[in-house]
Amino acid sequence: MDADTHILVVEPERERAVAIIDALKEGGWTRVTVLGDMAGLARKLAQIDPDIVLIDLANPSRDLLEQVSAASDAKGRPVAMFVDQSDDTMSQAAVAAGLSAYVVGDMLPERIKPVLATAIARFQMMAQMRRELEAAKQALSDRKTIDKAKGVLMRAQGITEDEAYTLLRRKAMEGGRKVIDVAEALLTAADLLK
Amino acid sequence: MSRYVLNCGYVPLADCAPLIVAQELGFAADEGLELNLLRQPSWAALRDLLALGHLDAAHMLVPLPIAMSVGLSGKRVQTDILMLLSAGGIFVGVAAALADAMRVQGWTGDLDDPRGARAALEGAAGGRHLRVGVPFPYAMHHLLFRYLARGTSLDFEAVTTPPPLMARGVADGELDVFVVGEPWGSVVVEGGWGELILPGAAIWQAAPEKALAARRDWAEADPGRTGALMRAVYRAADWLDTPSNRALAIEILARTEHLDLSHQALDPSLTGRIVTRRGTAPVEIDRFLRFHRGATTFPWRSQAAWIGAQIADLHGRDSRALALEAKAVMRPDLYRAYIAQLGADLPGASAKLEGAMAYRTAVASTRGNMILGPDAFFDGIVYESPPA
Repeated sequence: MDADTHILVVEPERERAVAIIDALKEGGWTRVTVLGDMAGLARKLAQIDPDIVLIDLANPSRDLLEQVSAASDAKGRPVAMFVDQSDDTMSQAAVAAGLSAYVVGDMLPERIKPVLATAIARFQMMAQMRRELEAAKQALSDRKTIDKAKGVLMRAQGITEDEAYTLLRRKAMEGGRKVIDVAEALLTAADLLK
Repeated sequence: MSRYVLNCGYVPLADCAPLIVAQELGFAADEGLELNLLRQPSWAALRDLLALGHLDAAHMLVPLPIAMSVGLSGKRVQTDILMLLSAGGIFVGVAAALADAMRVQGWTGDLDDPRGARAALEGAAGGRHLRVGVPFPYAMHHLLFRYLARGTSLDFEAVTTPPPLMARGVADGELDVFVVGEPWGSVVVEGGWGELILPGAAIWQAAPEKALAARRDWAEADPGRTGALMRAVYRAADWLDTPSNRALAIEILARTEHLDLSHQALDPSLTGRIVTRRGTAPVEIDRFLRFHRGATTFPWRSQAAWIGAQIADLHGRDSRALALEAKAVMRPDLYRAYIAQLGADLPGASAKLEGAMAYRTAVASTRGNMILGPDAFFDGIVYESPPA
């Protein structure tokens, strides 16, 4: 393993940064630096002097790195986005995982690729976790909406909770819609009629 | 039923309006298209997604497809400009202290006097190193300021700064000068941290700003698809430039989920009424942000050549070679083939002398005459692009 490679992770969220560092350390890379604040980036880059910079594709500060790659870094070495040097499959995998990487200086592809592969895997894992969290949040908020709609029906029709839910479900099935959509429509209508 | 669903990337700025209007007002649907509008957090992300095929077409800074095609920005991919999306809409501004120093030099705040503003800036800087905020290295903001500063004693470095962070950069004293699209210049003014000194058009009246870009292989793969996209965007641009539609345009842009900008933020760009210094009345800038009039959407090869020459200058490359490569990025051939189907009037030529028209001028067009210009550079130079 190539413990010499100095990797800079640009990530303002502490938890995510820790997750990436852990993955890299497990992979045998010990020289990992994290940068949370992008202010004065060019100067910091020169001080940190990394071989590879990893940054989230969705990070709005990513354009700041472009300036460094458009010219050359403070030490006069070229900075390239890895897609210049690596193969297309890996580029595609990285972009799909939401990762972008910059390679500083003339690094050999065999030193770059394992770092990227490790980072890509961790980014995929984080993306998956994020999706699951979103889905859980959505499910919770859907349940609250449906509960409210049931309450409205129970009061208006003088029916039980089970009957209210059956009614919502039947309407949804008749209209080829989701229960949540019917519940939302009902709440909107109830709100308008208040 | 849409024949095509196209993934279109954009950065949330007022000048992505033609893409949004094409989808929201049904110009895309008329062409059998559904535009899947995908907001991007940075130009670099937008570029990479287009280069790797995750996007079909994109709203881009005009110099960016040129930089991509010649291998200066990200993965080298031949990326073409199908048509232009906008011209204008940007401002050069300076930090408040520098503006005061410019007034000492006799600067009056006249937006129509680029030479005077430049001389005052030069005097005010007094040889001091200036940090100039620009949104991206390959942006007209950067190239126009470099062009303005050429041949002066101005010593500066361009500092890439995402537009929403520009005001903070000026407030923190990190930036002396900034070149940015609205509403981000107005944000600096509202905070009292700086003043707007020149619209981009004061440096080059015809300066194109954003382009509709696509990979060449994609653009050429299916003429029906490419033509439909271009016609939908052309009609949206035409609609946007009809003055009576501007109020509704602001409504649509502010109300849809596509932009994070309020009415107040969109208003100055679309109406051209801009406050350049806090506490003063807004000034009216004629044709500040343009989408259609004066063949704004036409992809002039000569404009690409000028941009290519500036990029060559930036990197110490061969100017003629890069200008020629840049010319090939513009696709007036596709524009003629597909836009003519709308019965639109098109310029007679695909390249022109850039900077030759100090006033609005009638030129030969496919259906007789059309009004073009003005397209003058602030220094009066006429740029002739190298013949292919």
